[in-house]
Amino acid sequence: MISRVTGPATAPGSPAAPAASDVGAPAPAIAVRGLRKRYGDFEAVGGIDFDVRRGEVFGLLGPNGAGKTTTVEILEGYRERSEGEVCVLGHDPERRERDLRERVGIVLQSSGMYRHLTVREALRHWSGLYPRPRDVDEVIDLAGLSGKADERTRRLSGGQLRRLDFALALVGDPELIFLDEPTTGFDPAARRNAWDTVRSLRALGKTVLLTTHYLDEAQALADRVAIIKAGTILAEGAPGELGADSARRYQVAYRDRAGDLVERETEDPTSLLHDLTGAALARGERLEALSVTRPTLEDVYLELTADG
Amino acid sequence: MTSELAGLTWRQYRLERRMFWRNPSAAFFNFLLPLLFLALFGAIFSSSQSNLDVIVPGIAGMSVMSTTFSALAFNMTFLREQGVLKRVRGTPLPSGAYLGGIALSAVTNTALQVAIVVVAGRLFFGVPWPRDWLELVVFVAAGVVCFAALGVALSHAIPNFDSAPAYVNAIFLPVIFISGVFFDADHAPSFLRDIAEGLPLKHLIDGLSGAMVAGRGLAANASALLVIAVWAAIGLVLAVRGFSWEQRRD
Repeated sequence: MISRVTGPATAPGSPAAPAASDVGAPAPAIAVRGLRKRYGDFEAVGGIDFDVRRGEVFGLLGPNGAGKTTTVEILEGYRERSEGEVCVLGHDPERRERDLRERVGIVLQSSGMYRHLTVREALRHWSGLYPRPRDVDEVIDLAGLSGKADERTRRLSGGQLRRLDFALALVGDPELIFLDEPTTGFDPAARRNAWDTVRSLRALGKTVLLTTHYLDEAQALADRVAIIKAGTILAEGAPGELGADSARRYQVAYRDRAGDLVERETEDPTSLLHDLTGAALARGERLEALSVTRPTLEDVYLELTADG
Repeated sequence: MTSELAGLTWRQYRLERRMFWRNPSAAFFNFLLPLLFLALFGAIFSSSQSNLDVIVPGIAGMSVMSTTFSALAFNMTFLREQGVLKRVRGTPLPSGAYLGGIALSAVTNTALQVAIVVVAGRLFFGVPWPRDWLELVVFVAAGVVCFAALGVALSHAIPNFDSAPAYVNAIFLPVIFISGVFFDADHAPSFLRDIAEGLPLKHLIDGLSGAMVAGRGLAANASALLVIAVWAAIGLVLAVRGFSWEQRRD
């Protein structure tokens, strides 16, 4: 398990040189410092910092409209930032250098495809755009499109088109893959398949930046998660250790003699349990439905993203 | 680097051609519709060679406009709104190679269609082979650049694909009617003639007519070429300045 990082090495807005700041550690795949994006008066991204390490799956988790897609599209080179420093595989994505685009695979939130090509033709064409492409049939298998290889894309279902999105993003054998809400609209089985694909990318040593508004997806896939809301990062860390203070609080619950549920919060469950159980034993009672729980990612998320 | 760009453009061009022929309705509108017009008006005017001499270059001019202006306004709107442009933008394919492939494909349609009209004019309507091939090529080339640029520029103004036919036809149909596709523009009322004089299609048809029928030569139609060039310059500026790789958000 990767341990929690407490925050960026540099202050927001400072002109960081991310590659040089972590002496000894390999340069991160993505470094973001003090990133802001304004549309007129509206600030979609309000000064965020994070690193994505090489070989990890990093999740940007947040409700709709939180600024996830804006952030990712700045990193992909689609949008120009208003402020801050961004470094993707050693490049500034705003300059749209071809070398960077050859090393990056992009699954957009939604994007169309040529309707009159077959799956295999599309992938063959795409593979010709990259210097070291993967084998087309291998990618078709990986994306789970083996049965549809010679089908025209306009005959594919929504889920199959999404798999084609994956396949087109992977055929160039990229080091870094952006997945913007890759499973939105999927049924549970299709989601599991997509998750397996992401895990296989991780096993191949690829770096993945994933946005999602599904907690279970972040929990299942991401090595580290940043929770983003209204253009600000509220928390960052491994999914299991997220939530700083609230994660250290345990909840102890049981039913009292009247059958009412009693809930107590503590940072030291050992002594609380000792007191509770000791008192109960002294009275010759049982603590019905006794449980000790830690907050889940969901609790942390809901607490952090609650309005007001 | 240049040869690689040329190779990628060629690759994109071949893909565009393959997709074009796989879309029967596009193929129909590009090739059968002008032939249908030619057949209908040819039948109506069959007794008058002078009318046929007007209609053949007229349909050739219309073909140039429909294969570039209309086709690119539709295609670029479709590709933009479908998100294909955005997807392609995320690949290493240079923009020039991508857009070049699309443009070359449109030019191929223009060349095929003008050739069909010339051959049909010779075989069925008694219009001789073009008298001035150089003038024909120069005017078709100028028309292609002008109308392709204007078509791309128009796509920037079209908010979504559903409304594309309305936008395109609102321009295409009136322009072909007043520019003398179906009759000699000199017979139109003067206010329509004045409008047509300011637009490029009438001048393209004048040039084509000069090349195909009158044999007047390039020098005689230099002013027509100038008007087309001015529209081409306006179109190119608008096409480049308004270009968007992403779906409109409203």
